[in-house]
Amino acid sequence: MELTGAEIVTRCLAEEGVEFVFGYPGGAVLNIYDEIFKQSKFKHVLVRHEQAAVHAADAFARASGKVGVALVTSGPGATNAITGIATAYMDSIPVVILSGQVPTAAIGLDAFQEVDAVGITRPCVKHNFLVKDVRELASTIKKAFHIAATGRPGPVLVDIPKDVTYHKTEFAYPDTVSMRSYNPVLKGHSGQIRKAAQMLLEARRPMIYTGGGVVLGNASEQITELAKLLHYPVTNTLMGLGGYPATDRQFLGMLGMHGTYEANMAMQHCDVLLAVGARFDDRVIGNPAHFAREQRRIIHVDVDPSSISKRVKVDVPIVGDVQQVLDELLKLLKASKEKPDEAALNTWWTQIELWRSRNCLKYNRESEIIKPQYVVEKLWEVTRGDAFVTSDVGQHQMWAAQFYKFDKPRRWLNSGGLGTMGVGLPYAMGAQLAHPESTVACITGESSIQMCIQELSTCKQYRMPVKIVNLNNRYMGMVRQWQEFFYGSRYAESYMDSLPDFVKLAEAYGHVGMRIEKTADVEAALKEAFSPAMKERLVFMDFITDQTENVFPMVEGGKGLSEMILAEEL
Amino acid sequence: MRHIISLLMENEAGALSRVAGLFSARGYNIESLTVAPTEDATLSRMTIVTVGSEDVIEQIIKQLNKLIDVVKVLDLTEGSHIERELMLVKVRAAGKEREELKRMADIFRGRIIDVADLTYTIELTGTGTKLDAFLEAIDQSVILETVRTGASGIGRGDRILKV
Repeated sequence: MELTGAEIVTRCLAEEGVEFVFGYPGGAVLNIYDEIFKQSKFKHVLVRHEQAAVHAADAFARASGKVGVALVTSGPGATNAITGIATAYMDSIPVVILSGQVPTAAIGLDAFQEVDAVGITRPCVKHNFLVKDVRELASTIKKAFHIAATGRPGPVLVDIPKDVTYHKTEFAYPDTVSMRSYNPVLKGHSGQIRKAAQMLLEARRPMIYTGGGVVLGNASEQITELAKLLHYPVTNTLMGLGGYPATDRQFLGMLGMHGTYEANMAMQHCDVLLAVGARFDDRVIGNPAHFAREQRRIIHVDVDPSSISKRVKVDVPIVGDVQQVLDELLKLLKASKEKPDEAALNTWWTQIELWRSRNCLKYNRESEIIKPQYVVEKLWEVTRGDAFVTSDVGQHQMWAAQFYKFDKPRRWLNSGGLGTMGVGLPYAMGAQLAHPESTVACITGESSIQMCIQELSTCKQYRMPVKIVNLNNRYMGMVRQWQEFFYGSRYAESYMDSLPDFVKLAEAYGHVGMRIEKTADVEAALKEAFSPAMKERLVFMDFITDQTENVFPMVEGGKGLSEMILAEEL
Repeated sequence: MRHIISLLMENEAGALSRVAGLFSARGYNIESLTVAPTEDATLSRMTIVTVGSEDVIEQIIKQLNKLIDVVKVLDLTEGSHIERELMLVKVRAAGKEREELKRMADIFRGRIIDVADLTYTIELTGTGTKLDAFLEAIDQSVILETVRTGASGIGRGDRILKV
């Protein structure tokens, strides 16, 4: 039987097992929306701005491991989606974005709501397609899902002109995809893996450094087993948190610009570094020339060959699926008669413990004014470390990363690569839909939250009981911190004036609002918000925090990883 | 160092812009870029001449391979290869100049492919340096117009870039 393009779209999504489509209707996608109306295989979530549609789809993917799906109309629908797409691209998140387009005959004629979506998105997608013929629609959507989810994942956009959605053709959804130009390497080179095993066993000052690739590649179990087997220290990048249990003693905390003293020092001074699913970016190793001053041998496992030897030269590159490579590596290590040099390892751990004893995350716990770190610590306690936590971007993001100890992967959702303010609330929506019975908290700030605040309405419509932890310091905190350190305390435009009354705002949207001004009230407020009585409610907790608090340690831009500013040095 | 990168890509709309966009987005140099379909109409072959350190060239090749439409990439300069470029030069050719220009074209194994009362159009192929040499060899003031294709390249002997 012949189906219209719009019917084909919904059938394809159903074939892919899609549960939620995040979107916003408009002229070019009306045929598709009409078919969505008629079907019941998946639910449509109506956001209040297309940016949030892509963020929520992205979060759904991060939290569930499945491909997220967003649907937007042509023109402004597509341009509004760009920030979401670029965010997903930078963090390698599998998302399929369907965008409407003006009819094929009108393309290029500056038609109403026309934009070259394929051209605009090209630098921030893994791939994109313009479907000009309805006969290619099903196979293109199949390819889009395949490309998004395999290899190094990423967003894929499918641009569908309106006439394609009403043209008809026979529908057949392909079972498999074969593309001569796209065959990601999955199996690591066994010779290289052997070399890696040998190098790891020879280490005297070993370090394991893992990133988002371990979380996305579902390799947390493997990396944990490997670290335990060898008793080697582990650090995670911002994107990699939860890849290794944070409450474990072998975990040194996050590394990088706001990493812990012990993680950064161990990274700088190790002699063998196992890097897995991480890319040595500027926020992680600081100045690459400074990093290269210390001699160390590097093993780098990544599914994307272009991530290897991009900023740092490595000795043993291994291209492949991290889970498969680690499985093979584990097999070799377990079978090996050689063991790591115990004495050397003990000396190394003694050194690490010395670094750890600097207690680099300490802050004033006696303060009557609420310290933001304290709120995150209490949040961790109250949620027993078991929440899905999203954040926006800035100081609160770093405190969340430093103080909420993630023991499991896919629990921590933030915009690591692009650093997109405004993701927190839509991320919480996506996470909540992926795990309806779980606790979802959004750690944000008064500046970030206002960038997608309209989604409080979406939360109301779909009864998403997200708990918003607003660390309200009346400043764009991270901007203010940089201005204090590097711009002579000239706080140019970083002050958030004329803030709304967040309690009333939450109430206006039909939610629960709380304002917490004293340290003594923090725990009680959190307990109330996470109590069974509030299980079905969105609670907006507005914590009035210390305006002058800064994030430490800090590696200034361009400085070396071991050149940290610590709190007590100021 | 100068590298000639050859690649085969799906002959699809927008494929060229993906390559061009990659070079501009990542700040890689393009000295020249030529592209045309191959004997297999579903494939286009592109030759890119670029300049960069070994690290940069390695990244360029990795990034090109990452593009979904790119099927195969080869750095021709890694082995022995042949490089050719086509140039058309329109020159003012009146009176005595006509004889001289004909002679220079012959020396460079060029051909005069259009003759008008006051102009010749000369066709010349060779490496970029040969074409440069020709332009330097003739009187600069007679050059009215030049058009060059940019380099195309192919490996020698058994070096074959094919799907």
